Amino acid sequence: MNCSILLAGFGGQGILSAGRFIASAALTEGKEVCWFPSYGPEMRGGTANCGVIVSDKTIGSPFITEADALVAMNSPSLEKFSEIVKPGGLIIIDSTLARPIHTRTDVQWISIPASELAAEQGNIAYAIIILLGCLIRQTGLVGRESFSRALFENLPLRHHHLIPAEMAAFDQGGNYAVGRD
Amino acid sequence: MEKRVLMKGNEAIAEAAIRAGCRYYFGYPITPQTEIMHYMAKRMVEVGGTVIQAESELAAINMVYGAAAAGARAMTSSSSPGISLKQEGFSYIAGAELPAVVANIVRAGPGLGGILPSQGDYFQATKGGGHGDYRNIVLAPASVQELYEMTIEAFNLADRYRMLALILGDGALGQMMEPVVFRDKEPIDLPKKPWAVTGTGGVRPHNTITSIYIKADVLEAFNRKLQAKYAEVSRREVRAECLNCEDADILMVAFGTCSRIGRGIIPIAAAQGVRVGLIRPITLWPFPSDVIARAAAQPSVKAVLTIELSCGQMVEDVRLAVDGMKPIAFLGRSGGNLPTQKEILQKIMKMVGR
Amino acid sequence: MQAVFKRTAGLLNIPTHYCPGCTHGILHRLIAEAMCELDILHRTIGVSSVGCTYNNYEYFACDMVQAAHGRAPAVATGIKRVHPSKSVFTYQGDGDLAAIGTAEIIHAAARGEKISVFFANNAIYGMTSGQMAPTTLIGQVTTTSPFGRDPDAQGHPINVSEMMATLPGAVYVERVSLHDYRHIIQAKKAVRKAFRVQEAGLGFSLVEVLSTCPTNWGMDPPKSMDWVAEVMIQQYPLGLFRDPKLEESK
Repeated sequence: MNCSILLAGFGGQGILSAGRFIASAALTEGKEVCWFPSYGPEMRGGTANCGVIVSDKTIGSPFITEADALVAMNSPSLEKFSEIVKPGGLIIIDSTLARPIHTRTDVQWISIPASELAAEQGNIAYAIIILLGCLIRQTGLVGRESFSRALFENLPLRHHHLIPAEMAAFDQGGNYAVGRD
Repeated sequence: MEKRVLMKGNEAIAEAAIRAGCRYYFGYPITPQTEIMHYMAKRMVEVGGTVIQAESELAAINMVYGAAAAGARAMTSSSSPGISLKQEGFSYIAGAELPAVVANIVRAGPGLGGILPSQGDYFQATKGGGHGDYRNIVLAPASVQELYEMTIEAFNLADRYRMLALILGDGALGQMMEPVVFRDKEPIDLPKKPWAVTGTGGVRPHNTITSIYIKADVLEAFNRKLQAKYAEVSRREVRAECLNCEDADILMVAFGTCSRIGRGIIPIAAAQGVRVGLIRPITLWPFPSDVIARAAAQPSVKAVLTIELSCGQMVEDVRLAVDGMKPIAFLGRSGGNLPTQKEILQKIMKMVGR
Repeated sequence: MQAVFKRTAGLLNIPTHYCPGCTHGILHRLIAEAMCELDILHRTIGVSSVGCTYNNYEYFACDMVQAAHGRAPAVATGIKRVHPSKSVFTYQGDGDLAAIGTAEIIHAAARGEKISVFFANNAIYGMTSGQMAPTTLIGQVTTTSPFGRDPDAQGHPINVSEMMATLPGAVYVERVSLHDYRHIIQAKKAVRKAFRVQEAGLGFSLVEVLSTCPTNWGMDPPKSMDWVAEVMIQQYPLGLFRDPKLEESK
């Protein structure tokens, strides 16, 4: 098993933390993981992306040149990264913020109005969690329990009371996975 | 199973230093290594250590000089432009024979350059940078786990040989998160520091730490002594990893992040019927010339390919090691770009005439 | 026979290399005597800098470290943080402290490093043969201001003590002179006080010592002393710029 995921959007959408949750969940399952962020001079408001590689074997390059899946939370990110998704790979977009582009017909597309759904729940920060729910359900990357544990391990104590709501958002995203049981 | 902790490379360096007994960290912020200082600022409080945000990289390395002279394990860290400023201190540390550890999380240059990963400081790290005849031990980790382990190793080597040990990472290694296991190493027997300035206590003659020798003969004798020490380090401390090198058609030489990319090539090339080996220098100084020469001398080896995040620096040492036995090819990327597996593979196929 | 004057245990029995009439020897002796009188010689660590006194680590009987040009306050910071219960001093000239090492001295003071700085100001670069210093007076002839220091082209002298006194971390700042015995006694008090301020953990202390350089000033020693008294002091008035009000116990 070797899976490369790219998460991309604006700074402040929780992209880097989302990558950390995946890496942390995979770690608890005994996998090799490598998380690599875009890092730049701007601290806020710019584009943000990170790659997460989960594997059974030692991980080579930390840079993803061919992704198994892309989660895009805005149009610029989608345009920038859609080309590096492998044929047969997966692109998940927040359709509140990005529209599908039609240059890639050889990949699977899933559109979720994640920001809209999150706003309905009263917390825009859940948008990325909804998207992760779908990604993880669709790819089987990590188990639900591992993800929940990753939230406990990575969120500060003062935010732990929000985790049940985050997991509800996670499950809501899962429902968008194709061919769910 | 050993507990694995997810950590940034920069954080792993800081944690390792603290576990190695370093209680004095002096630094100045610069991307992409500042997390080292962030981590130190929090953790040193827990262990009763000292962190000073210095007024400059120059001041920081000279605080290290002072703390090392006083007998303590001390370190600083920076990235390329900041490391350039520290070169004065490197030379003085060599001249005063002080043990010190420095981490350089290299970014792309020259000048202010960029903040993305690079290996363009190879020359500076291995061939001086500061003035005079001196060497630093240069370690090149390739994972967050190795950043942790080699930082501890760097303190031990520095103490053993009374010289500067440099950890040469890059922006990718510093910024990435990978699992780390905090393996406690067996305590090793290191020399005591009777030379340190601690106050005479009224019981011994005064200790002096200096790097100045005005008389030619005295300075030459000191230089001979230094060279003898460097020769010993070269004999004893060369480290390299060889993967798939036996009977290889093509030999790759790459360190750090590049070696990770190179490792991924081995099975892909094998599937296409080309046996590719990888030599990964772990110590960049002393350089594993003999390891490379032995591997390149194999009749099976057609050519040697050096891969770097630079415009061609380590390749000069590879060429010296191979000494004309086999053709040397080079593939380098700079500016913060990394070579892809695809372009490395293309290069290899061209080298074997396909 | 009763000895009325003898060598101080704070200095080793090694002839210094200073020129005749140079006041470095006097300042060395004052520092050495102060360490002995305060009984801190065995737990003092000094830092030599770059300039004429580059090798005074050979003369002082305490532990000594030689530092790169201008970096003595940073080196002293490293030492003091490792050994907070020891006394640490730097001995710096005007080029070392007020030109190449300006950042280090200001920030050591700003941090309130508990070190004592002895700053010999002779308004010229001695070791490199008489170039203009940051403290060279207006009109003063040096090898790099051969027509006299011109403020339009070469700027104005830096009054280090006045500048340092603006920093809260610099708790004791005093300017003294060595041009006659009365002033030498006053300088000795200041040197002692700098160590005592450090011993009391009060903060950073700096004693600026107006010094002579007969060789590069092109004057004989007595004339050099007169020049300090009559000319230099005009630019660099003596006095206490920051006073921590130590209790006079010792």
